[in-house]
Amino acid sequence: METRVKGKLLAFRGDEAVAEAMRQINPDVVAAYPITPQTETVQAFSQFVANGEVDTEFIAVESEHAAMSACIGAAAAGGRAQTATSGPGLALMWEMLWVASGMRLPIVMPVVNRTLSAPINILCDHSDSMGARDAGWLQLYAESMQEAYDNTIQAVRIAEHPRVMLPIMSCLDGFILGHSFEPIEILPDEAVREFVGTYKPGYSLLDVDHPVTYGPIDFHGHFFEHKRQQVDGMESAPEVVLQVGREFGELTGRYYGLTEGYELEDADFVIVALGSVTGTIKTVVDDLRQQGQRVGLLRIRCFRPFPAQEIAQALGNKKAVAVLDRSLSFGAQAHQVYLEVVTALYTHGYAPKVVNYVYGIGGRDTLPHEVEQVYRELAEVDKTGVIQPVVRYLTVRE
Amino acid sequence: MQLKGWKDLAIGAVMLEPGSCLAYETGSWRTQRPILDLEKCAHCFICWIFCPESSIQVRGGKVTGIDLTYCKGCGICSAECPRQAIDMVMEATARKGAKDEG
Repeated sequence: METRVKGKLLAFRGDEAVAEAMRQINPDVVAAYPITPQTETVQAFSQFVANGEVDTEFIAVESEHAAMSACIGAAAAGGRAQTATSGPGLALMWEMLWVASGMRLPIVMPVVNRTLSAPINILCDHSDSMGARDAGWLQLYAESMQEAYDNTIQAVRIAEHPRVMLPIMSCLDGFILGHSFEPIEILPDEAVREFVGTYKPGYSLLDVDHPVTYGPIDFHGHFFEHKRQQVDGMESAPEVVLQVGREFGELTGRYYGLTEGYELEDADFVIVALGSVTGTIKTVVDDLRQQGQRVGLLRIRCFRPFPAQEIAQALGNKKAVAVLDRSLSFGAQAHQVYLEVVTALYTHGYAPKVVNYVYGIGGRDTLPHEVEQVYRELAEVDKTGVIQPVVRYLTVRE
Repeated sequence: MQLKGWKDLAIGAVMLEPGSCLAYETGSWRTQRPILDLEKCAHCFICWIFCPESSIQVRGGKVTGIDLTYCKGCGICSAECPRQAIDMVMEATARKGAKDEG
């Protein structure tokens, strides 16, 4: 049976494409505060509200802390709640991020990645969402504007799955994806509405026939058990991400997994990365493959939960691996994605040579010849057997 | 209270049973105990209004006592009483007194 629907190819900024997805999802409540580089998402969505194109109750809040608080209230009341943010906005939400995940509320939040000050900078890196990686939220990272749109739709289904019931960040690189135009296939409204379905919460504050208490005090007795349940929700998520990605593929022809291999299988030298830089890396892989070099890419789409086994098996027997991080974990031995990848390899019994590259901090561009440099250095690591320095800073001037 | 394993709890710490705070005997927190002098009491119910733990006991339109199982000893009743009918005494002293009398 042919189930595939045909969308319309339209030119959109990534931010606006995300707003389009939100319009089609038609959430019950959106509470948001505009912040660069997410502004266009909230601006476009509030226009939909003003035009009566959605049924959403839009709450123009006074801060991101309030935005997340309002989403928590709306979700606890049984509504489908969404917001969107960037960098310092996500930082201001910090306290409430943990409340949303602890209360198991499936809030969907596009995060248009922006660095954190100081010095003041509004451009892209992953300091914001990587800083929130332990907050109990699922995290998807998009490579393209199309994927940012697709992920926002899938995020609803993933978060609301009864075995998951966790909030989710749908991350897209600020400016690079957020503000650039690309032809995006926008699905028919009814196809999206059918795909996301109706949210049926297990409990609702507004269900007066079945009153329950939300957010009680919970000390020595059961707090630890409730946190263990949260881990279980995370552990159930990979299967759901795969299932939803498959169903979305059947609908649109665009299939999504936890990771994506590009020329990976027979590659000797592999770069592991997430976000928009993977588009550049694919171009470089194509060029180097033409020259007969066995290079490949492993793109991580789902960072939380971290698909450890899949990644370990994909990388275990490679000659040398470079893990790219677009954020710094000050004082750590290396940076966020690298530490996850190396832990996955070690715990699955593999020990390939792995180096860490920090790139693109504060919005610095990463160009094809710099990606080529990484592959060249991987060949050098393999030849000499020396991985030091383990952490390398791509393009930083001495 | 029966402690449950993580698989037996509702997710998100949602509580399905109403009135569960009855099982939580907050009287053990108390460092000072309210002593009510019924001779001075005008049964105005100001303490009953203010008590955050609903521990002022009432029967037939009269204040009859204080429920020490839940009273945290905050002293709000004593501070609000217009007739100074409620004294706060150290819990240890009150317990010692009760033991001596017993």
